Amino acid sequence: MSGIPHDHYEPASGGAKWLHKRLPIVGLLYDTIMIPTPKNLNWMWIWGIVLTFCLVLQIVTGIVLAMHYTPHVDLAFASIEHIMRNVNGGHFIRYLHMNGASLFFFAVYLHIFRGLYYGSYKPPREITWIIGMLIYLLMMGTAFMGYVLPWGQMSFWGATVITGLFGAIPFVGDAIQTWLLGGPAVDNATLNRFFSLHYLLPFVIAALVVVHIWAFHTTGNNNPTGVEVRRGSKAEAEKDTVPFWPYFVLKDLFALALILVVFFAIVGFMPNYLGHPDNYIEANPLVTPSHIVPEWYFLPFYAILRAFTSDVWVVMAANWITGGIIDAKFFGVLAMFGAIIVMALAPWLDTSGVRSGRYRPMFKWWFALLVVDFIVLMWAGAMPAEPPYSTISLIGSAYWFVYFLVILPLLGVIEKPLPQPETIEEDFAAHKTATGGTETVVSPAE
Amino acid sequence: MMKKIAISAITALGLSAGAGLAAEGGKVHDVDFSFEGPFGTFDQMQLQRGLKVYTQVCSACHGLKYVPIRTLGNEGGPNLPDDQVRAYAAQNFEVFDEALEDYRPAKPTDHFPESALENSPDLSLMAKARAGFHGPYGTGMAQLFKGMGGPEYIVSLLTGYTGETKTQAGTTLYENTAFPGGWISMAPPLYGEDVEFADGHENTIESQAEDVAAFLMWTAEPKMMARKDAGLTGVIFLTVLTVLLYLTNKRIWKPVKNRNKTG
Repeated sequence: MSGIPHDHYEPASGGAKWLHKRLPIVGLLYDTIMIPTPKNLNWMWIWGIVLTFCLVLQIVTGIVLAMHYTPHVDLAFASIEHIMRNVNGGHFIRYLHMNGASLFFFAVYLHIFRGLYYGSYKPPREITWIIGMLIYLLMMGTAFMGYVLPWGQMSFWGATVITGLFGAIPFVGDAIQTWLLGGPAVDNATLNRFFSLHYLLPFVIAALVVVHIWAFHTTGNNNPTGVEVRRGSKAEAEKDTVPFWPYFVLKDLFALALILVVFFAIVGFMPNYLGHPDNYIEANPLVTPSHIVPEWYFLPFYAILRAFTSDVWVVMAANWITGGIIDAKFFGVLAMFGAIIVMALAPWLDTSGVRSGRYRPMFKWWFALLVVDFIVLMWAGAMPAEPPYSTISLIGSAYWFVYFLVILPLLGVIEKPLPQPETIEEDFAAHKTATGGTETVVSPAE
Repeated sequence: MMKKIAISAITALGLSAGAGLAAEGGKVHDVDFSFEGPFGTFDQMQLQRGLKVYTQVCSACHGLKYVPIRTLGNEGGPNLPDDQVRAYAAQNFEVFDEALEDYRPAKPTDHFPESALENSPDLSLMAKARAGFHGPYGTGMAQLFKGMGGPEYIVSLLTGYTGETKTQAGTTLYENTAFPGGWISMAPPLYGEDVEFADGHENTIESQAEDVAAFLMWTAEPKMMARKDAGLTGVIFLTVLTVLLYLTNKRIWKPVKNRNKTG
């Protein structure tokens, strides 16, 4: 499937041949699981498996929760308490689902930044990258709507603020907002449709995940060197790769188990640490919380949303040029979605011919600054919208755009890249066997 | 835009309980509760004392509408014997029975009643709802390292009255060092020696406040001990699995790494 020469499935028995002629499903599974994978993949390549696990975890726990949940404004909050108190194991399943969302986003951010550093978005993997961005957008929508379902104070006011963003669109904003909410304000119709969509979207994500995997199985995995697998012959390819099973399945499962140790510690010992306490107060349209904040994983983009106030010169300029159509509120909305769009456009904004950041001496520093920027924005997003936080948000937001729109295109021209290894085999020999070869195997089986 | 919503709602409705605009108040001191940390458990006797404080003092105005009375008999909670739970329900609360169209003594299967006064918030989840938001400066250090949260806030609130009062728009407000804004409409509920304990346990304001705060932590998180047990079991089994997978992974990769070195 990947264009990398490798052995294909040959049905052995009569029954297998019979099935293979009619439905080559075993062959499909075999080729998928045995795909030749660059053997120098490092530990940042484990997040795909973690993300797949998260999707399954969220769907399984979510389906159980949906059996006991009531999507009605008068009953939703009480039905969550029913799950927490009366449903067998309900409290643990709900905490798994709550914190599962956090693990999901933690993993997706590391997965995305992995791609940004090693140039996984560059040709020929642009489609994989774009599908990934779509998955990320759907994840945000799903998580946002899921957060509304417990019908606590942050659920309600978060929904009010975020759907209000659509109201900022010039001319048609109010109509779109009303259409989205199913009424003039966040109410029972909103809760019902959010529940319906929160159940639907994970399956759309699952379908896109299949396309995502299909796409990178067609191009082959990227790897830390960014050098492509040799495809001249099977023997040559086998020097650069190992089959996904068992080598990477076991490596990824080991990493997943380690991550789950931490995850279970959080679920068991501090399950509410990442949540907002106000969500344990039932939604009350008459009482606004003093400080509305989204969940931690939305904070960087929330900071960008709030950064562009009417006293910022670009906002004033946009306002003047468009004759007042783009006001500060709409500018903030455009900036927030724009921040994700510029990231999605990275394959076309990055002009460097070198794929991996490992061989790009200047890029490395700008990339490190982008990671710091992301963390600073996350922190600033949780703070009140007042000085000095508003200034920090503005600088952080500006850097996000400068990185994608200015630095990435320029670096390709001015940077002098370091020499890259000829082959993956060479890189693997230099890195892995230096320590790996001298260690002794300790196995309980021996 | 949020500012607009916040300002309009607050001006329309007056100061709400959660809206801390003034710089005063908000002083919460740390209390070492038995249930903090990964291995912390509820102190069954403390929960029973807290139940008594709740019943004799708080329940005059506040409710616990999400808490079924029968759960007082649960392990990992106050763990009262069945007959005591029945007697407690019948002696203390009356509920409206729609089938009878009349009030009757409460049964263990009923929930605690709702708040008696409209402006008194329900306390079922208060210990989680007042956990504070990850201070100082949004770093979450107080929660992470001191285990500070809702119960600390409740103790600080109950012991934070200064004795000063003022009248605003016909309502008496009491100065309180813990309440956001510094002025609360709840009169001081505890004065010390409000409740006599059968075992002669200390009943100062601080001690009673801690007992009722622990009880309210239980009403907010009744499955806490089961959750910590499950979490610990998960951590132990996954650690074993991690070690086994580490060894398997190492063994599987060894020939690949050696082949490459020699070849």
